[in-house]
Amino acid sequence: MAKSIDVSDLNIYYSDFLAVEGVTMTIPARSVTAFIGPSGCGKSTFLRSLNRMHEVIPGARVEGKVMVDGQSLYDANVDPVEVRREIGMVFQRPNPFPTMSIYENVLAGLRLNNKRLKKSEADSVVEKSLKGANLWNEVKDRLNKPGMGLSGGQQQRLCIARAIAVEPQVLLMDEPCSALDPISTSAIEDLIHELKEEYTIVIVTHNMQQAARVSEDTAFFNLAGAGKPGRLVEMNPTKKIFSVPDEEATEAYISGRFG
Amino acid sequence: MSVIEQKAGSPKRRLGDLVFANLTFGSGLLILVALAGVAIFLTIQGIPGFSAKAADLDGHANFIAYVWPLVFGTLLAAAIALLIALPLAMGVALSISHYAPRRLAVVIGYLVDLLAAVPSVVYGLWGISFLGPRLAPLYGWLGTHLSWIPLFKGPALNSGRTILTAAIVLAIMILPIITAISREIFMQTPRLNEEAALALGATRWEMIRLSVFPYAKSGIVSAAMLGLGRAMGETMAVAMVLSATGIVSFNLISATNPSTIAANIALKFSDSTGVQVNALIASGLVLFVITFIVNFAARAIVSRGDVRNK
Repeated sequence: MAKSIDVSDLNIYYSDFLAVEGVTMTIPARSVTAFIGPSGCGKSTFLRSLNRMHEVIPGARVEGKVMVDGQSLYDANVDPVEVRREIGMVFQRPNPFPTMSIYENVLAGLRLNNKRLKKSEADSVVEKSLKGANLWNEVKDRLNKPGMGLSGGQQQRLCIARAIAVEPQVLLMDEPCSALDPISTSAIEDLIHELKEEYTIVIVTHNMQQAARVSEDTAFFNLAGAGKPGRLVEMNPTKKIFSVPDEEATEAYISGRFG
Repeated sequence: MSVIEQKAGSPKRRLGDLVFANLTFGSGLLILVALAGVAIFLTIQGIPGFSAKAADLDGHANFIAYVWPLVFGTLLAAAIALLIALPLAMGVALSISHYAPRRLAVVIGYLVDLLAAVPSVVYGLWGISFLGPRLAPLYGWLGTHLSWIPLFKGPALNSGRTILTAAIVLAIMILPIITAISREIFMQTPRLNEEAALALGATRWEMIRLSVFPYAKSGIVSAAMLGLGRAMGETMAVAMVLSATGIVSFNLISATNPSTIAANIALKFSDSTGVQVNALIASGLVLFVITFIVNFAARAIVSRGDVRNK
């Protein structure tokens, strides 16, 4: 069920402002691809354009092509709601639904698809998803407690469970560990390792060690200059990026020398 | 190394802080004093009314029999008004906060706020001379075809000045406050919660159901209760629109309608003398207490359902 993503010549605009310019890349299936780069370079914007979440902001639009397994995401007849059901997303800060129990949080996506679930089916989806998110053992005795009662790291894993409960093709993660402590971060990273067996994962991170630890491929984004749009500088296998990158700018960023 | 000198137990009090603290404390106290003043006035002046005789109570045997139809009318009109206004206000508030393009939303918001600036006398006039006559044919139809429903038993009043018309006028009057509060709360829904729903493939309406409503629940309740309180206390419009006979009836479209406490006081006060005045003030005390109860109930509901404080 995992799918690859082909992006060609993608420009992303907010109204008249060009935020990201001319991105072309291929994101392989069943693999982890990391986006790194300084703040404001458009990597989160680009990530959001992969499931059309950037359209939440009025005036946002794209030019270019995003193909998921041969199907264009931006065809006129493609419903963004359908796209987001296929391409899940995990956010910077954990965001379980505050009024829902852990159990209902996991099922929220399925309930949206208007599926009538039998109790036994629902139970098994919840168990499978929470096990998939490495959270089952910690919460199995309190599934009916509110999701907000969990720790930050547990909440983030709950959000991952919620995202994988609908069995998406692709999982997008927008700095999923930036609000978490090192132990929770390590738990999420382990989880990402397991999830790539089944899902195509794209992760934005500010932590270069994290990119090096979890990803197969790394894309480095940067601004062309102050006030100019962000662009893709280089995309290569992670090992190569962190040892002998093609571009000098990449090496400067990774080694801590800017400009 | 520099040492900051500080005498134990006597931190420096700055004059500005002191003045401001006392000023705010005084303002708070003033509210309490005003409220207590009203309550004491109503109680002292109202007490003789509780034991008034039939002659001073429009022929009712005792005060309870006198005030009960008024309480009933007050609650009925306010409840119908809320029933009409709440869904409408939710719709308007949502269109402003989540659906309409920003420019249009600003205009709608402004117009709804403008509704609150219309004096209630004007609403009364509008109810009598515009809304009532235009609703009369509808009442006629209801009275003929749906008279098996007790609410529309009829016979329908030709002038349309029924309790239903009064309630509709009230609904329009409480629409702005409910809309304004709900709109503010809808707009405060954390982006994060909305995106959580959207990223799962929720449509806009599903997103609102999953994220906005649970977040805004307690706020909606308080908005509704404020609206209810306003509807119960509203005087002029009801006094003008309603052709009241002071009975207890669920028949919403007939010529005999229950009156409300506030309207009754407004209509009778200038002609009343002696104990009759005390009886009116006593009915005012009853309204005061009911409004209090509604407000406290709202607080209780809000504090119980508040997810943000958990």
